[in-house]
Amino acid sequence: MSLAAIAFFVFASAAIASALMVVVSKNPVHSVLFLITAFISVAGLFVLMGAEYLAMLLVVVYVGAVAVLFLFVVMMLDVDFVELKQGFLQYMPVASVLATIVVVELIFVVAVWSLPSNVELAHPSPTAAETVTDPNGPTNIEALGLILYTDYIHYFQIAGIILLIAMIGAIILTFRTRDGVRKQDPAAQVARKREDGVELVDIKSGQGLS
Amino acid sequence: MVEIGLGNYLIVAAILFAIGMAGIFVNRKNVIVILMSIELMLLAVNINLVAFSQFLGDLTGQVFAFMVLTVAAAEAAVGLAILVAYFRNRGDIAVEDANLMKN
Repeated sequence: MSLAAIAFFVFASAAIASALMVVVSKNPVHSVLFLITAFISVAGLFVLMGAEYLAMLLVVVYVGAVAVLFLFVVMMLDVDFVELKQGFLQYMPVASVLATIVVVELIFVVAVWSLPSNVELAHPSPTAAETVTDPNGPTNIEALGLILYTDYIHYFQIAGIILLIAMIGAIILTFRTRDGVRKQDPAAQVARKREDGVELVDIKSGQGLS
Repeated sequence: MVEIGLGNYLIVAAILFAIGMAGIFVNRKNVIVILMSIELMLLAVNINLVAFSQFLGDLTGQVFAFMVLTVAAAEAAVGLAILVAYFRNRGDIAVEDANLMKN
């Protein structure tokens, strides 16, 4: 067995095992940690396929942002997770039957399907073999950048808008005003007149200010 | 000599997708694990897209996987924000209690 095949089986079995643990784990914190393992294993699979940029993106975005966000929420919410686990065994048989059916169907599809030989490629990419034999040729990230900022520039900008909207939505959903917090009110400060703050008093000499 | 081809990656993706689907069924009460299962299913879809892109030799699939990644990140952020807001209002995250619209 070649080294690439061994790496494939290691990463694939790690991904599947940790995905199973995400689902069956009793403690949600463990679920999140297994989710991180699954993401890293799949990033390894992406590297094996030659999609280095997406592999690194997966590590940065999923492990660095999404999984940490999950961990943050799981640890912040004070929920009785044992109670939420009730009914787990009750739904287990139907869930495993359905999952088996889906897997078997998809494997049938993969088995009878084959790549057509006369496909017209919109954006031919350097395959892993080409990158190895020609070190000066375009790498995966170079090729991806060349089409992402030209042919797919509108999709790229829509992705940015989606992220902006998601950020605004998340902030609005979790925003709350608290009472009794001392903070600046710029409008009130700017609208303040001289008469509001200064009082001139005429004091006759010899008398104090009572 | 075992040759790793497109089919192997597609089968891994199919298994991951089915696990994510089963996760939604068995963790019906726990929204956090349901969200994690959805992330797993999106990950399986990404494996499919990248595998087809690489074995066809066309980069379009990787651009599409990039978009799926973006939407998944946005979905996780908004989903967890909704969860936090719901927990603040109800003090609990049980899904069965989320039926105010029904009554």
